[in-house]
Amino acid sequence: MHPAFSVIFLTTLIGAGQGLFLALFTSQFYSLANLLHSPQTAELYAPGSLLALLLLGAGLLASFFHLGHPERAWRSATQWRTSWLSREVIVLPAFMSMVMLYGIVHYFGWTQTLFVISDALPVDLSLIIGTLGTLLAFALFICTAMIYASIKFLQEWHTPLTLINYTLFGIASGFMLAAALSAWMNIELVAFFGAWAVIATLLALLTRVISLIRNQRIRHKSSIQTALGIRHNHIKQSTMGFMGGSFNTREFFHGRSDSALKIIKYFFILMVFVVPVALILVSYMIQSPHLPMLAFAIQFLGLIAERYYFFADARHPQNLYYQNIA
Amino acid sequence: MTQLALVIDLNVCVGCHACVTSCKEWNTSGWAGPMVDQHPYDNDPTGTFFNRVQTYEIGTFPNMETVHFPKSCLHCEDPPCVPVCPTGASYKRKDNGVVLVDYDKCIGCKYCSWACPYGMRELDEYQKVMKKCTLCIDRISDESKPESERKPACVLACPTSARLFGDVHDSDSEVSVAIREQGGYQLMPEWGTRPANHYLPRRKTRLQLHKDELERVDNPLREESLPAAEGETLDDIAF
Repeated sequence: MHPAFSVIFLTTLIGAGQGLFLALFTSQFYSLANLLHSPQTAELYAPGSLLALLLLGAGLLASFFHLGHPERAWRSATQWRTSWLSREVIVLPAFMSMVMLYGIVHYFGWTQTLFVISDALPVDLSLIIGTLGTLLAFALFICTAMIYASIKFLQEWHTPLTLINYTLFGIASGFMLAAALSAWMNIELVAFFGAWAVIATLLALLTRVISLIRNQRIRHKSSIQTALGIRHNHIKQSTMGFMGGSFNTREFFHGRSDSALKIIKYFFILMVFVVPVALILVSYMIQSPHLPMLAFAIQFLGLIAERYYFFADARHPQNLYYQNIA
Repeated sequence: MTQLALVIDLNVCVGCHACVTSCKEWNTSGWAGPMVDQHPYDNDPTGTFFNRVQTYEIGTFPNMETVHFPKSCLHCEDPPCVPVCPTGASYKRKDNGVVLVDYDKCIGCKYCSWACPYGMRELDEYQKVMKKCTLCIDRISDESKPESERKPACVLACPTSARLFGDVHDSDSEVSVAIREQGGYQLMPEWGTRPANHYLPRRKTRLQLHKDELERVDNPLREESLPAAEGETLDDIAF
């Protein structure tokens, strides 16, 4: 497939936004359970929510560049019964409004206890909104990933690993960003977020490597024989019916050499997994306020390369019909 | 239920591209148009087509043959491109099974083209909407035309009658009979899309002559000149 940067930015930006929101709510939940004892924690929620909202908004904006008719984008919410893309279009704004409400509730301090569940869990407005937001964040991960995983013809994507990877990459980059944000605001949650970011990153490393191995060994169902219905071992295309290319030759081929893709693969493995984890560990040891920010920036750059590779890696069966220009 | 479809005879197609040009001509000036080309007189001419004719070489020299392969939307009975459309612009007509795009609803997200394993959909770079073969819906449903002209432009243009058009759900239609009796098959059956369009395979007509058919039983000498090498046809023997 041809990697479209609009979609690459959409998926990476909203992934980080979702992960950041999950990180904020996780820290709130930990504080509620008295597992975190930082009095400054509450200072993080409002600016954190704003940052998450900005990321989600930027992702949404990027997605419009993918459309031929952005002015008709509202129509894309109508087919939620059958289309995962339509479901994403509904869940993304719903999630964004929850993030906004979460930030507003914390900014204005509307966190008075509404009621107490079994004398232990004081429930306030932010907890209700946060729980709804968490559900929507995971729903959005599913919708985004299912857009790709539901196309059975793209066998590289048609696997539960796509869902797992999208979710883990989002969580990893979001917690990494939460660590960077708390380092920048000088809040003592860098180690907490950093530790979770490292755990999510290492889990993502495991599942991504599994998917890389899976895709390397993949056996494609379609062949030129089934594409034409001609039973012969030697079939060569002498012309695809035109000379100057078409939508089919532009949209479904990445146009890069195998060696270039290999470089991108090793680049993203280094930038998404190795360097950020090392930077977080070093920053933990030397108590650096800047390294978590660098770790997030590097990981995000790596995720863009990862998403590029994700698209380029998928070989569409229609390519069987477009093998020779003449 | 009616399911209109094309049956394309690969045994007859000569690869003249008449179906390609007539398709473009009819549709660029009709309901589905315009089908604008980008730099048509330049180095890399490109544009939207609903129909392409490709050519394949089967086998290795000297045992090889050329197959011309016309390629257009197969109007699947279970079209994977339709449910993925977020706007409902892609739809399959209930009355005749033709898969169409509503150009006023399409947002040009290209998702349907990803969901077509055959690569039959093309984004119009000028109108920024997805386009595909309509089976000349504006022509086949035009009751002001005589019955004989209510056929897709490609079918009418084909000089060798390699393209048949009809209802594949009607067992007695020309297309159903052709599929049934001449080995009609579907493309990429492994995906379960159930394409309505079928292809008829290359068929070889071979002369089956046995020795005893050439030797007259009542010839006392039993010496008759047999056709020497292979490759002889009936004409060589008969005259």
